[in-house]
Amino acid sequence: MRAKDERSAAAAAGRLGQDLGVIVAEATTVEPTRRDFLYITTAAMGAVGAGAVAWPLISQMSPDASTLALASTEVDLSALAEGSSMTVKWRGKPVFVRHRTKKEIEEAAATPIAQLPDPQADAQRVKKPEFLVVIGVCTHLGCVPLGQQGDYHGWFCPCHGSHYDTSGRIRKGPAPKNLEVPSYSFIADTKIKIG
Amino acid sequence: MSGPSTYVPKSAIGRWFESRLPIMGLIHSSFVVYPTPRNLNYFWTFGGILSLMLGLQIITGIVLVMHYTPHVDYAFASVEHIMRDVNWGWLIRYAHANGASMFFIAVYIHMLRGLYYGSYKAPREVLWILGVIIFLLMMATAFMGYVLPWGQMSFWGATVITNLFSAIPLVGDAITIWLWGGYSVDNPTLNRFFSLHYLLPFMIAGVVILHVWALHVTGQNNPTGVEVKDVKRDTLPFTPYATVKDGFAMVVFLAFFSWFIFYVPNYLGHADNYIPANPLVTPPHIVPEWYFLPFYAILRAIPDKLGGVIAMFGAIAVLAFLPWLDTSRVRSAAFRPVYRVFFWVFVICCIGLGYLGAMPAEGGYVIASQILTFYYFAFFLLVMPLLGLFETPKPLPASIADSVLMRGGGGSAMATGAASAPETK
Amino acid sequence: MIKTKFSLLALGFAALVAAAPAQAAGGGKTPERQNWSFAGPFGSFDRAQLQRGFQVYREVCASCHGLQRIAFRNLSDPGGPMFSEAQVKALAAEYKVKDGPNDAGEMYERPGRASDRFPSPFPNEIAAAAALGAVPPDFSVLAKARSYSRGFPLFLIDALPIPGGAYQEHGVDYIVSLLNGYSKPDDPNWNDYFPGNKIGMANPLGDGVVEYTDGSPKTARQYAADVAALMMWTAEPKLEERKQTGLRVMAFLLVFAGLLYYTKKKVWADAH
Repeated sequence: MRAKDERSAAAAAGRLGQDLGVIVAEATTVEPTRRDFLYITTAAMGAVGAGAVAWPLISQMSPDASTLALASTEVDLSALAEGSSMTVKWRGKPVFVRHRTKKEIEEAAATPIAQLPDPQADAQRVKKPEFLVVIGVCTHLGCVPLGQQGDYHGWFCPCHGSHYDTSGRIRKGPAPKNLEVPSYSFIADTKIKIG
Repeated sequence: MSGPSTYVPKSAIGRWFESRLPIMGLIHSSFVVYPTPRNLNYFWTFGGILSLMLGLQIITGIVLVMHYTPHVDYAFASVEHIMRDVNWGWLIRYAHANGASMFFIAVYIHMLRGLYYGSYKAPREVLWILGVIIFLLMMATAFMGYVLPWGQMSFWGATVITNLFSAIPLVGDAITIWLWGGYSVDNPTLNRFFSLHYLLPFMIAGVVILHVWALHVTGQNNPTGVEVKDVKRDTLPFTPYATVKDGFAMVVFLAFFSWFIFYVPNYLGHADNYIPANPLVTPPHIVPEWYFLPFYAILRAIPDKLGGVIAMFGAIAVLAFLPWLDTSRVRSAAFRPVYRVFFWVFVICCIGLGYLGAMPAEGGYVIASQILTFYYFAFFLLVMPLLGLFETPKPLPASIADSVLMRGGGGSAMATGAASAPETK
Repeated sequence: MIKTKFSLLALGFAALVAAAPAQAAGGGKTPERQNWSFAGPFGSFDRAQLQRGFQVYREVCASCHGLQRIAFRNLSDPGGPMFSEAQVKALAAEYKVKDGPNDAGEMYERPGRASDRFPSPFPNEIAAAAALGAVPPDFSVLAKARSYSRGFPLFLIDALPIPGGAYQEHGVDYIVSLLNGYSKPDDPNWNDYFPGNKIGMANPLGDGVVEYTDGSPKTARQYAADVAALMMWTAEPKLEERKQTGLRVMAFLLVFAGLLYYTKKKVWADAH
């Protein structure tokens, strides 16, 4: 064991490895032997074992079964009057549902897409034009924007001054993206299932 | 860990770093070139196993805290949530719960090894006392951890053990109320136990560092109890010899541990702890976890409240005085034929106390507990001081190297034990 | 020789706990050990049995006994009764679940969803005790919360990896024995296996009370076994995952230990 093997081509990293007292590195001679094979197999097995132990410890932090089971929520929109909005909680975040007026829909549809920082047509962002469903989290740094405010009559984020239009698209300010549209579907005429 | 290192890194980066923080040198001197007696048997692998267990308990514990709620209304439910909903939660919780038992199995073997081979004797007194402190901290940690699931045994175990302090004259009741943070074991108690259960393992880790430091100053004892005389002949470097042997022992121990986690995970627990705590209904038999049973038996053997409490704590405290209670000039029981008999009787006595601790405190069980309690203390307070004066030890080998060469000879149980291990050539 | 002594010692210590019986109160016969599909290192649940057990639970037990830690969705989880998701949804919708507050700030009832947990039959234990005279235990972890003393030396064998060992079914065996233990027709509250023999619950089962559709015998004994199996699952829903993972872990550790043993021998061969 004390025999110092001088591997001429050993890189600095390899020497660092030896510094660490790695048995495998010390035991390695130029010609691989059966002994090296045993050592390497054992070391590899140890690495696999350590990884297998680490996995549950990492995995336990991802959403648990009860959280995943709550990942969808149903919202009844029948009581939502034209021109008003509601906020529902979905996955711990606010979701804005706005029953848009004719004027707002037209305004959103008429916006030239080329001017937008994050070009997207209004039609791509809604399932039914009168209902806009967006996640109420500013795409800048996660604040909740205020409704019916700002230069574009949509939302305004008070944290760093991002302006969103009536389609929830970013128009002015530091936010890079439009308000995110969650995956949802109409399960009845005025009932949606988010998630 | 003992003195400056002569280690020089091979790489330039390594040398640059080493001259600023010589941590590689510390590791190198402590865990690579550190000389270990070449005749150590597998009982010397339990120190490594215990370090592993401490690490596993801390890691699984930190993970469990991410999901556990220390509140009387939610504690039980949050543990069930871990068992049912959290990814791999069942594995982590069973590993932690059974890990506590494995920790104690390992520590009891480690302690009995020290007791058999006289590892507490000079110059290792401080090393031994640090070990006793670790043991005390472990017991406190384990006790408070058992309270956290807030089952029936959690609650009633906590009630009984905290009530021990009410035995203290004059201030007992005040201390108990202070411990509880109320007039019974309740939410404030659960909260502080949780806080301390999180804190104490890190204190254990701190004392373990001192324990290892002290070990590396004096060097390890060995089955002959003869000190290292010639480092070249008597010892081998820690790496690779001890590391690979410890590694093998750890994996075998992990297999034993895994059997419990995966196939009999509730064997070492108590069914009543799956009943949510109810302060109005006491279970028919309150029993602590198995590792406390011998001490519990000593507590119940004394028919006086204060006396029982003193005896129980005395049973642990007496360990700290072993270095001075034992008058023998020979360390290892391998060369102490009479002590060896007393030792094995002591081991049986401890198992017997453990059994009695689980039995109802009535009739013959109490008398048996009293006899065994007497022996427990007599072993430390009478046998150890007196036997050293009268016993004629067998001749000791001249050196560790000599003892390895005379394998199979001597006929003493320990020499056989050490020599029968094929690696101790 | 010393090694065996020490390992016996370790075993003795490890085993001591089992000398701590959970149900040691006098007056109950020792439950009979049953044959369970989920016992032993290779055990797994019998899906059909779990489904029947759930039927018994719903039709007989659920009016008094809750299942509060189980969500409807669990019924379709792998390793359980594995009802289809559609079945679970339909089943959940049959229950009324408290939710709220609504816009007016009031709590309201709505049909259950798969993510809801089983509503308990009583709002709290005091209400249950007031209505029934005793608190019917929740079924969620009951199979692990009941046990009985096996005595020396059986409790040692219970821990071991040998045939008849690895015994973890004390609770379900007790439950089955209890359900079959109403031996005095003139005293509906007499039970052979209940500690003290006087049980609050009169015999809940009788031949034919539940209509099985899979051709299994419609007997009280069969009902008892099926509902007990269900309770083992509710108490230990990850039992199959645990045993299967265990197999892989043990295989890995044994191979790894073997490799380390030879590595150690090679390394120590230098120590001349």
